[in-house]
Amino acid sequence: MTWSEVFELLEVGLQETAWMVLVSTLLTLVGGLLVGVLLVLTDKGGLLPLRPLNAVLGLIVNVGRSLPFIILLVAVIPFTRAIVGTTIGTDAAIVPLTIGAIPFFARIVESALREVPADVVAAATAMGATRTQIVGKVLLRESLPGLVAGLTITVIALVGYSAMAGVVGGGGLGDLAIRYGYQRFETDMMIATVVALIVFVQLVQMVGDLLVRRLSHR
Amino acid sequence: MIEISGLRKTYRSRKRAVVAVDGVDLSVGEGEVYGVLGQSGAGKSTLLRCVNMLERPDEGTVTVDGRDLTKLRRGDLRIARQGIGMIHQHFALLSSRTVAGNVAFALEVTGTPRAERRTRVAELLELVGLGERADAYPAQLSGGQKQRVGIARALAARPKVLLSDEATSALDPETTESILRLLLDLNKRLGLTVLLITHEMTVVKRICTSAAVMRDGRFVESGTITDLLKRPGSELARDLFPLGLRDTGGTPETAAVGDGVAADKDGRSVAGDKDGRSVAGGGDGRSAASDRTGETIVDITVSGADADEPIIADLARQFGVDVRILGGSVETLATTRAGRWRLALPGTRDDNAAALDYLRKRGVTA
Ligand SMILES: Nc1ncnc2c1ncn2[C@@H]1O[C@H](COP(=O)(O)OP(=O)(O)OP(=O)(O)O)[C@@H](O)[C@H]1O
Ligand SMILES: [Mg+2]
Repeated sequence: MTWSEVFELLEVGLQETAWMVLVSTLLTLVGGLLVGVLLVLTDKGGLLPLRPLNAVLGLIVNVGRSLPFIILLVAVIPFTRAIVGTTIGTDAAIVPLTIGAIPFFARIVESALREVPADVVAAATAMGATRTQIVGKVLLRESLPGLVAGLTITVIALVGYSAMAGVVGGGGLGDLAIRYGYQRFETDMMIATVVALIVFVQLVQMVGDLLVRRLSHR
Repeated sequence: MIEISGLRKTYRSRKRAVVAVDGVDLSVGEGEVYGVLGQSGAGKSTLLRCVNMLERPDEGTVTVDGRDLTKLRRGDLRIARQGIGMIHQHFALLSSRTVAGNVAFALEVTGTPRAERRTRVAELLELVGLGERADAYPAQLSGGQKQRVGIARALAARPKVLLSDEATSALDPETTESILRLLLDLNKRLGLTVLLITHEMTVVKRICTSAAVMRDGRFVESGTITDLLKRPGSELARDLFPLGLRDTGGTPETAAVGDGVAADKDGRSVAGDKDGRSVAGGGDGRSAASDRTGETIVDITVSGADADEPIIADLARQFGVDVRILGGSVETLATTRAGRWRLALPGTRDDNAAALDYLRKRGVTA
């Protein structure tokens, strides 16, 4: 295998990984924020205490968190087929990636929101703010640096998950590493994917850190 | 302006129940500055948090500006809260917003248009002396500056009532003084009604028109400062005017006060003290006398214009008695200027009848 062949494959693999990670991150962002905010609001002593909903959400998140991703990947195959129409390819991989990452990110959102001091929330309540204002302008805004840091962790976890998704035909860098590096003993390919993954993760972390530093005024 | 009756609040946990507020009645008139003193855990914060329903009382009513807040629905309560400013002990500022942004938040809540918000924020920051720090973040401010932001924010929506929980307890004496001066100024200029919590006697001395002492969820003493000064055995009066007695030459303070005869003199009208603050009825005096071997111990409390008069010197001159001052202090209060001394006159009470009579005539009773 020549280096130019390696780079050609690598380019495709990178694009596929980037796509899977990007789409599943966006979906996870929405889903995780929603679930995380609801977990905080519906808790006892929260702004909208609803014990049954809180218990159900907590249970679902815990189930999602306790399944190893590789198992989840296989377990949701019927669901993936129902939604995407196929179980192979990057688009199909996005489904388990999102399902796996939402509980993960939701817990991060929950703990970031809980970091907002209770007296700051009380101050907003005392001013006569609505619950929507408190969620948007106090809870989410105040925990933004924590949320961005948490999202960075989630994106990096998704890069890892996406490599696993490659095993079951998801494509991307993981797929390359398995097919060429592992199964065909193409050491050059293996090294190239490893380097590409490291660079990718480093970049994500750098951008994340930069954003957090910009946003944080504590 | 604030009427509280039969207020009770119990915190329950699985193991035990803590009665934080145990039947408090309280009335704060418009433009009054009411101070609540008490030790840690007495229930002061809980009481304050019940006033704007941050805590739901278990029993009792809380009426602010004519509305019983315990009966309001969520939406109406929100509107009512917009008319009640609150200063928090630990500032409770939004760390993600600048000084200006924090003040603007209170206006966003009330739906004030953007342009108006900007002018009002500038005006408020000027008022609390933070005009130059408008773009700083709370993390870049000192404790006193943060508290000023808290005050500006509490006043943003032009509340009629201000609740303050230990606004100055985290601050040094000078910063405390400047914050107290600001509160007093706002109270005078805007007619703001203030209910404040403190553990510092200075705060009560400097700005309160009325005060209460809270212990184990109850008010053990309460009233206007002038009434409290007249009340025999008032702990608050005693703490406001420490006689500063050491072991030497003093009988136990409580004995003197307890044995003492106390009576009120008709209030005398006083134009104003040196702060230029007008006072309704000053000149109240109180004293207590008791016999000791060969000496008569007299406690005198003088307020209003009398506090500045050389009463003790006059006493010595007119009666030729060797007055010994065992202890005493003169204080400038928010409403009046007052002094309290313990004197020792040679001879028994009968020997000093004329002198005591003189004191009584001068606005002090014995
Ligand atoms: N959220 C709560 N849950 C349970 N108990 C509470 C809660 N808040 C206060 N208490 C209890 O209620 C009592 C009164 O508390 P509170 O905070 O009102 O006291 P305080 O007079 O303000 O004291 P400090 O001067 O220390 O601020 C205390 O015994 C406290 O432990
Ligand atoms: Mg307190």
